Formats: sequence, structure tokens, C-alpha cells
Amino acid sequence: MIAPLTNAEWEIIALSLKVTSAAVLMALPIAYGLALVLARRRFPGRFLLDALVHLPLVLPPVVTGYVLLILFGRNGPIGGFLERAFGISLTFQWTGAALAAAVMALPLMVRAMRLSIEAVDQRLVEAAHTLGASKWRAFATIILPLSLPGILAGVILGFARSIGEFGATITFVSNIPGETRTLPLAIYTSLQVPGTDVAVARLVVLAVIISLAALILSEWLVRRASGGRTHVL
Amino acid sequence: MSFDIMIRKSLGDCSVDVAFQSDTKLVAIVGQSGVGKTTLLNCIAGLLKPDQGRITIAGTTLFDSELQFDLSPNQRDCGYVFQDSRLFPHKTVEENLRYGASRNGGKGALTLDDAVSLLDIGSLLDRKPSSLSGGETRRVAIGRALLSNPKFLLLDEPLASLDSARAERILRTVERLRDELAIPMLYVSHDEAEVARLTDTAITLD
Repeated sequence: MIAPLTNAEWEIIALSLKVTSAAVLMALPIAYGLALVLARRRFPGRFLLDALVHLPLVLPPVVTGYVLLILFGRNGPIGGFLERAFGISLTFQWTGAALAAAVMALPLMVRAMRLSIEAVDQRLVEAAHTLGASKWRAFATIILPLSLPGILAGVILGFARSIGEFGATITFVSNIPGETRTLPLAIYTSLQVPGTDVAVARLVVLAVIISLAALILSEWLVRRASGGRTHVL
Repeated sequence: MSFDIMIRKSLGDCSVDVAFQSDTKLVAIVGQSGVGKTTLLNCIAGLLKPDQGRITIAGTTLFDSELQFDLSPNQRDCGYVFQDSRLFPHKTVEENLRYGASRNGGKGALTLDDAVSLLDIGSLLDRKPSSLSGGETRRVAIGRALLSNPKFLLLDEPLASLDSARAERILRTVERLRDELAIPMLYVSHDEAEVARLTDTAITLD
């Protein structure tokens, strides 16, 4: 007999979804902007920007978390400014967990979106210009809709990366129940305590269910958006 | 003067050096493939920048290297029928036709209904470009260019890869456009018989 979810488990799921959604929403416009610039512009420093975007993918997540702590901590250059100017603090807050997840998800999102922007036929953009479309209109009516499958793929990858985020999160915002203890951190915490096999197993099953649901939903979305031409699975 | 054009452009292997003036409404550009006919059209549409030259069509200067004047493609009021048609794959035929229709306040020589009946594409309006045949695609591309209220038309091999019956149909349409619309047209082709039917003014590139 499987017992229904406890309040603590609901709280973990809700927090995980909140952190992950915020992370993906935060990263989405930035990732698309970066993908657009990297795919369609040639400028000095492009390689450097590309490398910088990819850094969280290749660095140990603990290092990324540490860098976030240095930059966004109370005494850090960005964190100190946010605190003084807006009274916003990210340390030990769920918003900080979202920032960590967003930074970790960013490279994957940029890669997926960039590929689909590069796949947009430049000849169609030219055709739009000859029909009187400004750069902005050509972007909104040609590039954006034709790269939609890549945006969705990026969101899915970002969601998957964010919901599994562990190293950068625990380093940057610690492991505070109800605030920064997302699903992976909760599993890790339970594993530290002897005799919690059932609790761990339940959380693991939840992680599997959420990930599978996200995958199936995204597959459906991508197929719909691309008229069946592309898919994730 | 319909056309007053002087263009010098090198692009890889292909280099174009052409100068002509004409008052004829339809001027043909002929020559073997690879001599730069499409390069010439791309320069006129503003998709390529000539190394040197001047482009004035129907009294409007689009480009002048001496004055460093270079109108961007979306401001040239050009109806360009590409050889590869370039219909937008994610839009229906009707959405493609309407894409440029708001240009110049939407006051063009043709309405959507006019273009649809002229080109006989009424049954295609709800379809996506991927489901069209070659001839249908070409007709929709011509319609899209016409409906963008252009001040001149560029037609790049509009009969290429069509069977003779469909080619004949497009050719008749071009003849009607020539006779019924008051806008200059440049017609690129490698077929001299085809050109002879449309105009006695042909510029040969070599």
C-alpha cells in the first residue's frame, strides 16, 4: 500500500517546480538573445562570449556555485548592489536557487536555440525584406516562428537541467528546508540519515514521475508547434 | 526613364559589369547560367551591394556609390520573384500573399481578389507551400510580389523547371502584367525564344 504524499513531500515538489519555473523563465529571454547574437552576428569577442556562455557546462557545478556566491553574496559586487539599491538579497533564498539553476541551464538552452536559429533559411529573411519588412518585422514573423521548435527544445532541456540542479545550488544558497531544499537536495539530505530508505525511494519515484511528465508534455508541445516535423524523443 | 542602371560587382568567380538605360516597360536580361544574372537582380533588390554603380528605376534612385547612397532592401519597393520562390513555409498561401500587402499604405494596383483571379490560385489560399506543385508555387510567388505594391518587378527565371503547359501559362500571365500594369519589369531568362515573345529590349550578360 502506498501512502499519499506527506505535506513535507508536497512542499518539496512545489518548491522544486517554483524554482525550476522561475529559472527557465529567467533564462529564456537571455538565452534566446544570446543564441540570436551568436547565430546571426559576427563581431570581435564573439568567441569569448560563446566560451563564457558555455562555462557553466564545463565547470564543476560547485565552482559555478562558488562564483555565484562571490558575485551575488551580500558583499559581492552584484549582490551588494542589489541589496543596497533594491533591498534584494539572493543568498539563502529560493530566488538564489532559481538563479543558480538558470545559470546552469543557460548553456544548454542557448545551444538548442542557436541551432534552430541557424537553421532558419536566410533567403526567407531576404524575401521578407524585399516585401518591405523591417529587420524587426522579419525577426518577429520569420525568424522567431521558424525557430520555435528550438525554443521549446531549449525550454525542455533547461527545465530538465534546472530540476536536477544540485552542486551550484547547495554551494550558493545552502540546503534550507522550505526555501532552497529542492528535490535533489531533499534526496541527498535523506540519504545522510540512516533508516530513511522508504523516504528516499519515494522522492526518487517522484523525481522520475516529474521528469517523465515533463518529457512527454514537451514532446507533445514540440510536435504541435512544428506540425509533426520535429520531435524530442 | 524606366531603367538607368550601372553596376559593377565581383562576387567570387562571378563578376558583373553592366550598364544600360531603357524606357521600355519590360527589359529582359539574358545570358548563360553563371554570368551573374541573379547577382544583378540581387544588387537591384538591395540584397547585395555593388562595388560601384548607380541604380535608378522609374525615377527613383535606389543606390549611388558616388553619393554613398544605399537604400535598404525593405525601402526599395521592389517586387522580387525569386527563382527558388521562397514562400514562407510556416504561413498559408493567403498569409504569404498578404505579407507585403500593407506596404505603401496598402494602396496598390491590385487587390487580393484581382491577383487571385489573375493567377488562378483561389483554390490554394488555405494550403501550406509544402503542398503546392512547382507551377502553383511560382504563381503564388508572383502574386506575393505583385501584392506588395511594388514600384518595379524583378522576375528571375520564372519558367525554370516548369513543364511546357505550365510555362506557357506563366508566360501569358507575365504578358498580361506587362500590358495591364504600369510598372517596369526586369525579366531574367536564358531562353531567347521566351524573351523574344515578351520584349525587343534584351540586355545580354557575358
